[in-house]
Amino acid sequence: MSDLSQASQTAHIEEAHATTTGISHNKLLMWAFLGSDCMFFGSLIMTFMVYRGKAAGGPRPQDIWDIPYTSISAAVLLLSSLAIVLALTYLQRGNERAFRIWLLATAALGLLFLGGQYYEFTTFYHEGLTLHSSLFGTTFFVLTGFHGTHVGIGVIWLLSLAWMSKRGKIPASRAEMPEIVALYWHFVDIVWIIIFAVVYLIPYKP
Amino acid sequence: MAQVTTTQQGAQYRRSIIWEWITTVDHKKIGILYLFTSLFFFLIGGILAMMIRTQLIVPDNTFLGPATYNEVFTMHGTIMIFLAVMPLNAAFFNFLIPLQIGARDVAFPRLNAFSYWAFLFGGLLILSSFLFGAAPNAGWFGYANLTTLTYSPGINVDFWIFGLQILGIASVASALNFFVTIINMRAPGMRMMRMPVFTWMSLVTAVLLMLAIPSLTIGLVELTFDRYFGTLFFEPNAGASVVLWQHLFWIFGHPEVYIMVLPPFGMISEILPTFSRKPLFGYPFVVYSGIAIGFLSFGVWAHHMFAVGLGPVANSVFATTTMLIAIPTGVKIFNWLGTLWGGSIVIKTPLLFAAGFVGMFTIGGISGVMHASVPVDYWQTDSYFVVAHFHYVLFGGSLMAILGGIYYWYPKMFGRMMNDKLGKIHFWTVLIAFNMTFFPMHFLGIDGMPRRIYTYPDGMGWNFWNMEESIGAYFLGLSMLLFAYNFIHSLRSGEIAPADPWDGRTLEWSIPSPPPAYNFAVVPTVTSRDEFWEMKYGSNEQTADQKTNLNPTVEDERHIHLPPPSYFPLIAAGGLLGMGAGMVMHGDGMAVSWYIFGAGILVLAFGLFGWSFEPNH
Ligand SMILES: [Cu+2]
Repeated sequence: MSDLSQASQTAHIEEAHATTTGISHNKLLMWAFLGSDCMFFGSLIMTFMVYRGKAAGGPRPQDIWDIPYTSISAAVLLLSSLAIVLALTYLQRGNERAFRIWLLATAALGLLFLGGQYYEFTTFYHEGLTLHSSLFGTTFFVLTGFHGTHVGIGVIWLLSLAWMSKRGKIPASRAEMPEIVALYWHFVDIVWIIIFAVVYLIPYKP
Repeated sequence: MAQVTTTQQGAQYRRSIIWEWITTVDHKKIGILYLFTSLFFFLIGGILAMMIRTQLIVPDNTFLGPATYNEVFTMHGTIMIFLAVMPLNAAFFNFLIPLQIGARDVAFPRLNAFSYWAFLFGGLLILSSFLFGAAPNAGWFGYANLTTLTYSPGINVDFWIFGLQILGIASVASALNFFVTIINMRAPGMRMMRMPVFTWMSLVTAVLLMLAIPSLTIGLVELTFDRYFGTLFFEPNAGASVVLWQHLFWIFGHPEVYIMVLPPFGMISEILPTFSRKPLFGYPFVVYSGIAIGFLSFGVWAHHMFAVGLGPVANSVFATTTMLIAIPTGVKIFNWLGTLWGGSIVIKTPLLFAAGFVGMFTIGGISGVMHASVPVDYWQTDSYFVVAHFHYVLFGGSLMAILGGIYYWYPKMFGRMMNDKLGKIHFWTVLIAFNMTFFPMHFLGIDGMPRRIYTYPDGMGWNFWNMEESIGAYFLGLSMLLFAYNFIHSLRSGEIAPADPWDGRTLEWSIPSPPPAYNFAVVPTVTSRDEFWEMKYGSNEQTADQKTNLNPTVEDERHIHLPPPSYFPLIAAGGLLGMGAGMVMHGDGMAVSWYIFGAGILVLAFGLFGWSFEPNH
């Protein structure tokens, strides 16, 4: 094989992967999907806002909130964003082991958040807040549950990345997939900040 | 990897024609699948329309009872919107966009196949309700709390919910795909402002779908929770709002109108310049007004709710935005007229339909802007006037343009021409029959005849026009049979189409009819708007080079890498169908339902897993 044919083959591959904007298809797809996902969350948040404070038939939000507890679980989720940034940095430097460690740390923080949510849900449930106790119960569980589902999908994705990396399928030159997962993960975190403010922090009328 | 030839792939994968079609990831084949499937659904929607008109032909008719009538008009609306007009547009997105931007496929070929299968299965799930005598019966808009368990205890609404959810997934997946394709796969030199207008309008439509469908999806999720898990979203006794559903639905529902009509705007903007033999008049105005329409369409939804009592402030704001949206729409009408003005017009079937579109859509637009005025709307709402209005927009508008689009691009799709003489007869009969059917509905509406009633008493003064409309509707049905004959007959016996039968302007006409699997033997370098016209008649250095696209050499084909076929998209979509069917069965209280739902999830997961780990090259 001459160098020439090698070169022409590389040119072909390059051509196949070139995009108009220079951003890869996958990354652009993720950006577009997140734009769409904003509207999914937006519709649920709007529903929550319309019914905010309608707690007749069950406990009121101010009776069951444990703001310090929920703040810690929010902090856990935010820390996970930091962890995934570290993971990406190590991957770009070619340190695949550290990449995996921080990836698993991200997933672990995500799982910790989900565990916290599970504990919160069961506590509220025992205090009488259910899907059908009041509009507050309905909207609270469906909105935060929808977000929790997003976190869960993210955790599965992170774990499969770690598994693929273990099998040597994600060298530094293919850092794009982790970057896209990180985009998703950051988005899910930011949405939680909004939900945290809208659901927990803005005071309810007594 | 880049060296796999198409012939090798053929030998490897082609087990039979059917296998080839169900595993295809070729955007052209998927486009044709969309076309045939949505024409089939269109036929069913049309039969339902005939049933409606038969019931209403005379007063106190007993052809359909009230319960059946509810099912028939609900299914007519649902089918025509979600299973006919939207996927007919999708057929054109699929077939045309890569050809118009000089690409060899879409950005995500397997996602594209998945969208088609999900569309097919979602449609079949809704239609299967007829087999169980439980067709959706609460209107295409499914107002909650009319659709909660208290008022709609049967599984009719469940079919509607899960059918629409699957269709929504298909639409969003397809919109994301075409968004990325248009932004990211343009041939060198194809700058945004050189893109064909059809591609531009498809891009706006993709963005509308991405942003509008979620509102419907979440509304349906909330309704599902109410019906299945006892939540209270739409339970007024618990303090729920009775207009929440209407807001969620119409935030989707109004952009939906433009989702159905912007692609036809694009088709018209391709057809008129070709048959006027001059460029589109004011291309930037057409593009920017299309974007403006897309943007404004999210700020007008409450004009569907003037009569529910949102209050004078809200009503005035939405009346104003609704009148505003008439401006960019009006701009386009003048652009189209300006395109025809002074052109050397060639009268062929596609041009007739395009001109018919401009006329009929203008009538629909004028009646639409009438009920932008709140007091006028109070009078017209829920009357046949509104039925007249939206049929002028969706049949006289969208569908006219789509029919024109079929006549126009048929030769490119199938390599044969449709019969032009029959096409012209079809056009004139459709135009007359359409106006016979729908124009008098304006009179009936003003006369106070309400929509969605299964019959009306004698002596209201409505008998004559109802009889006349029904005759018009049968005539319309016959005329569409003529189209069906022309369409099917021409597949085998039509005149062989050359690559460029209409002396076209855009890139799809620069390649053979039908195009080869790889579309372009040589990826074109674009230097102007109306690139192919410039190649033919302009002073374009590339002309000679580009012409090779019509006679590609075998050597060229060897170097073209195409994505291999895959059956995983079909499996994944099948999983969605299982989940939807399981949910509906659960609504019916069947014990086996959760197993079916669970099996659906497993099949979906298996499909997605196989899809992700399938070699891509
Ligand atoms: Cu509207």
